[in-house]
Amino acid sequence: MDIEKHIKTLIVKKPLKLDCGKTIKDFPIAYETYGSLNSKKDNAILVFHALTGDQFITGLNPITKKDGWWSYAVGPDKAIDTNKYFVICSNVIGGCMGSYGPSHKNPDNNNVFGTNFPVITINDIVNAQYNLLEHFGIDKLFSITGGSMGGMQVLQFISNFPAKAKTVIPIACTSSHSAQNIALNELGRQAITADSNWKDGNYTSNNTSPSKGLAVARMAAHITYLSKKGLQEKFGRKLQEREDLKFGFDADFQIESYLRYQGSVFVDRFDANSYLYITRAMDYFDLTKQYKGNLSDAFKNTKAKFFIISFTSDWLYPTQENKEIVIALNSIGADVGFVEIESDKGHDSFLLDVPDFLNALKNFLDKSYIGN
Amino acid sequence: MKNEFKVIADLIEKDKKVLDVGCADGTLMKYLKDNKNINIRGLEISKYKVQECIAKGLTVIEGNAEKDLKQFPDKSFDYVVLSQTLQAFLNPELVLNELLRVGKKAIVTIPNFGYWKVRFHLLLKGTMPVTKTLPDEWYNTPNLHMCTIKDFVYFVKSRDIKIFKSLALNNLNTSLINEGNLGIKNLFSDLGIFLIEK
Repeated sequence: MDIEKHIKTLIVKKPLKLDCGKTIKDFPIAYETYGSLNSKKDNAILVFHALTGDQFITGLNPITKKDGWWSYAVGPDKAIDTNKYFVICSNVIGGCMGSYGPSHKNPDNNNVFGTNFPVITINDIVNAQYNLLEHFGIDKLFSITGGSMGGMQVLQFISNFPAKAKTVIPIACTSSHSAQNIALNELGRQAITADSNWKDGNYTSNNTSPSKGLAVARMAAHITYLSKKGLQEKFGRKLQEREDLKFGFDADFQIESYLRYQGSVFVDRFDANSYLYITRAMDYFDLTKQYKGNLSDAFKNTKAKFFIISFTSDWLYPTQENKEIVIALNSIGADVGFVEIESDKGHDSFLLDVPDFLNALKNFLDKSYIGN
Repeated sequence: MKNEFKVIADLIEKDKKVLDVGCADGTLMKYLKDNKNINIRGLEISKYKVQECIAKGLTVIEGNAEKDLKQFPDKSFDYVVLSQTLQAFLNPELVLNELLRVGKKAIVTIPNFGYWKVRFHLLLKGTMPVTKTLPDEWYNTPNLHMCTIKDFVYFVKSRDIKIFKSLALNNLNTSLINEGNLGIKNLFSDLGIFLIEK
């Protein structure tokens, strides 16, 4: 795969002190942009991707040759209208689409980092991405948005840089990763590290990869992105290319076949160590704790306009967790709107064609932009 | 815009911070924002109506007044508006207390069950009253705690709530309610509008 020629990178020269205590410098951030920055530089939207996303939001992803992960929402005339807005998205550090991560070489010894890459946090991730604003000479973003882990970055970004965004749209996320979410992430990590090809993270030197473990991690996670009703309606107990049960352990049911397929395509595009690092960053995310138990303090210095969106069938980041952010904002009199979108598509709703969601997003952005 | 909203808007000075509880499609909010430079927020239970508000560029929170008012700090709004909804709550007293806690003042409007058409309907037809202001049948009405203008006045007095202004509406006519004309206004108005404070 000739990755390099498709990937734009910013080399961050400035040292970045990480939460774990280590400092990184001269590290790459891979990014992509859509639309164009206007002369006033007031039309930029920074999008943050979720766990397995990357900088290729919309159009054809040149690496996977599939549609970008947020193609329903971002593009010309879409909710995030690239005719109007300049959209920036970067691969998180710890990731595997060009930004500094465990598959990079350690400059100290020229070996691939593997698990010697420093453990990173959501705070580190947004601090690294902040360099993009300086790179583009943007003083204030028109908006920041993202779903799931992207939403957590939105919350962290506005608390770190309260004056740097006019509007803030966290979607289907939380201010503090729950025990259930940590448990589900741990399941994925255990699947990876239990694969004998993982070799304590040093698999690249053997030219192997823990693809079976990573596939299981993806399969388990994929279930959490859907709703019971959605799964039942799409698959039910339908059999996979067979008339009857085979009394064996092949994929008898369509849902089994579907999950196996999701696992198998995932391992082609994602690095197992990155999966460990990024899920860890999510688990460590606790904005309430960062502000000594008072989430409102995370937002007390910002005048930004917030719009929080959750989905009825999302049991991974349920409405109640999103509402806690609304409550924290209301208790300090912040400008905050909130809507729970009706959808059977589970946590994945924010990535899919859910018209109520896309309309709300578009209306909020476009109406807020008029006041610019 | 309906007359009720015009009367409410006239009670609110320019540049204030206002919460519209049960803001529906945001008609009043938009008017206050555009004409009186009001810093306006809404709380609305219907997803569909929240979407309509967002399309108008209004800041609205999807929620239920009985549960979701508690997240707002004391006296964080100059005015809190509740239009024709008090009677639909399971516990109107709790909601009224919350309105008066969150707002420095509250504007509450109630459909008047003492209106002569309502009384006549029940007296002559012997069935539950259906009027322009109360269009639903007994089996599908959202109204659980109907009251009259007189009931409301007596109630707020018993709770030591100050009434700054009481207005009676009958179609396009607006008039002041005072102690002397309470009985008459209770008979001839289909809507009561109260500016109150605690």
